[in-house]
Amino acid sequence: MSVDRKARISLRVVALGYLAVLLLVPVALVFYRTFENGIVSFIDSITTPAAIHALFLTLEVAAITVPLNAIFGVLAAMALVRGRFPGKRLLDALIDLPFAISPVVVGLALLLVFGRTGWFGPWLTEHGIQIIFSVPGIVIATLFVSMPFVVREVQPVLQEVGDEQEQAAATLGAGPWQTFWRVTLPAIRWGLAYGVVLSTARAIGEFGAVSVVSGKIAGETETLTLLVEKRFQNFDLAGAYAASALLALIALTTLFAMSLIGSRRSES
Amino acid sequence: MIAVESVSKRFGDFTALDDITFEAPDGKLTALLGPSGSGKSTLLRVIAGLEVPDSGNVVVSGTDATRLPPQKRGIGFVFQHYAAFKHMTLRDNVAFGLKIRKKPKAETKAKVDELLHLVGLDGFQDRYPNQLSGGQRQRMALARALAVEPSVLLLDEPFGALDANVRADLRAWLRRLHEQVPVTTVLVTHDQEEAMELADRIVLLKNGRIAQAGAPRDLYEHPADAFVMGFLGRVSKVGDELVRPHDVALSDRPEDGWEEAMVQRVVHLGFEVRVEVVRSDGEEISAQLTRAEAEALEPEAGSIVWLRPPAGKVSA
Repeated sequence: MSVDRKARISLRVVALGYLAVLLLVPVALVFYRTFENGIVSFIDSITTPAAIHALFLTLEVAAITVPLNAIFGVLAAMALVRGRFPGKRLLDALIDLPFAISPVVVGLALLLVFGRTGWFGPWLTEHGIQIIFSVPGIVIATLFVSMPFVVREVQPVLQEVGDEQEQAAATLGAGPWQTFWRVTLPAIRWGLAYGVVLSTARAIGEFGAVSVVSGKIAGETETLTLLVEKRFQNFDLAGAYAASALLALIALTTLFAMSLIGSRRSES
Repeated sequence: MIAVESVSKRFGDFTALDDITFEAPDGKLTALLGPSGSGKSTLLRVIAGLEVPDSGNVVVSGTDATRLPPQKRGIGFVFQHYAAFKHMTLRDNVAFGLKIRKKPKAETKAKVDELLHLVGLDGFQDRYPNQLSGGQRQRMALARALAVEPSVLLLDEPFGALDANVRADLRAWLRRLHEQVPVTTVLVTHDQEEAMELADRIVLLKNGRIAQAGAPRDLYEHPADAFVMGFLGRVSKVGDELVRPHDVALSDRPEDGWEEAMVQRVVHLGFEVRVEVVRSDGEEISAQLTRAEAEALEPEAGSIVWLRPPAGKVSA
């Protein structure tokens, strides 16, 4: 065995060990703890009214935010790649803001804008609209933190595809709308799908920003991640593990979808 | 017919087109020829409606099309890099324009099959563009452009991205195709040989202006200036005049009015032989002989020859 080969193998062991300690062991332990007392107790603890509500709220928020992110993301990516307008570079940089800012800060910032004493607070109260401590606030916070994914996945694909196919469609008689549906969208479909999956995962898993703006009202504004935290704080460890396992299952499904899309994408 | 009238176009400080006027006659193939940056592609894109001119007009088949979007101009456009719809089969690529026009399915299918046959891609209907060679993709792009029966066909360096061999084949093929389907065509190229071989008319551009326009032979025989002469073929400088190397005659014995020179280099280029000589006054001249002429003369480096320069065509 050559030195070279030894070095390569030990590098692999270090890398895999690192992944195991940081990722696999913790996630596996969550599942172990969840099913330790049998599947019945797992089902019991994820079918309490609060848990069911939390699950549906989480899915509802994802169902609202992900399509918005997809539409906005494609529009923003097209503007950034194709458009010529002042402030383009600034906008490009701003897209990454949600990655750079801690979600807790995002939550606080939203309080400052939409909260009772925030900028729009008085106007909102006057018109009977409640954003903070209610579902709209959760939606806005989730939108904010999951916004960059679609843009950043679609942008390089659009760049690479170029605009010649669109121009060809135009010379063949297609209007802008037909060109978008028949040429642009199919060309970016895998990038878009990948962005949507990432954005979904983030929307479902978001904790920090949602924790600040939701008010954590059980059965009303409590999402799955907030439920995990509450159960943990209340020493209901089995319950916390069960809710975590549910979140992890959703995440694994997304991961699976991602790898499927990834292989389709590298084919085309 | 396409008429371009006083068209100008600037990109920032750069003048791409400066007061261009020309016509592309019906059923003929007109080549826009010029070096890179001469404005030829911009001019084609203005005709297509992919660029809007700052001033001037574009008239397509008698209609002022200057403000019309590309969709409404009745054109077919072929791009240098094919612009194939990568997610569609060949059939769907060629059928694109017909589907947009909501033609009946049977009619579309018949038309697509006919066109694929015309461009020699029978049996490739269900392939995707990435399963085709560059030359095949470009023929597909041509079929796609012809499917909508455009009143004018615009080709932007259609063979520019292909190997030299494929390029020569496709060029001959395009000429035959144009004889079969004589649609008014404008071809952009930087390759003078391509323009000479394909075009009925050449519009030679330089720095956004027309250097000369006319039949290929006119431009070759009667170039307006040194640029036109140099762009359309090899030139040899004799004194202050430019001549074609094949017009320089060489002889192995002195004749009346001929000048003595020494052979410096002999280059065999297949059918032609290039002979570089230097006159007694130190001036270097390049002559081009046929192989038969070269065999009679047997020039070799260091031998003495006599040369007769022809009357110059243009001043250097």
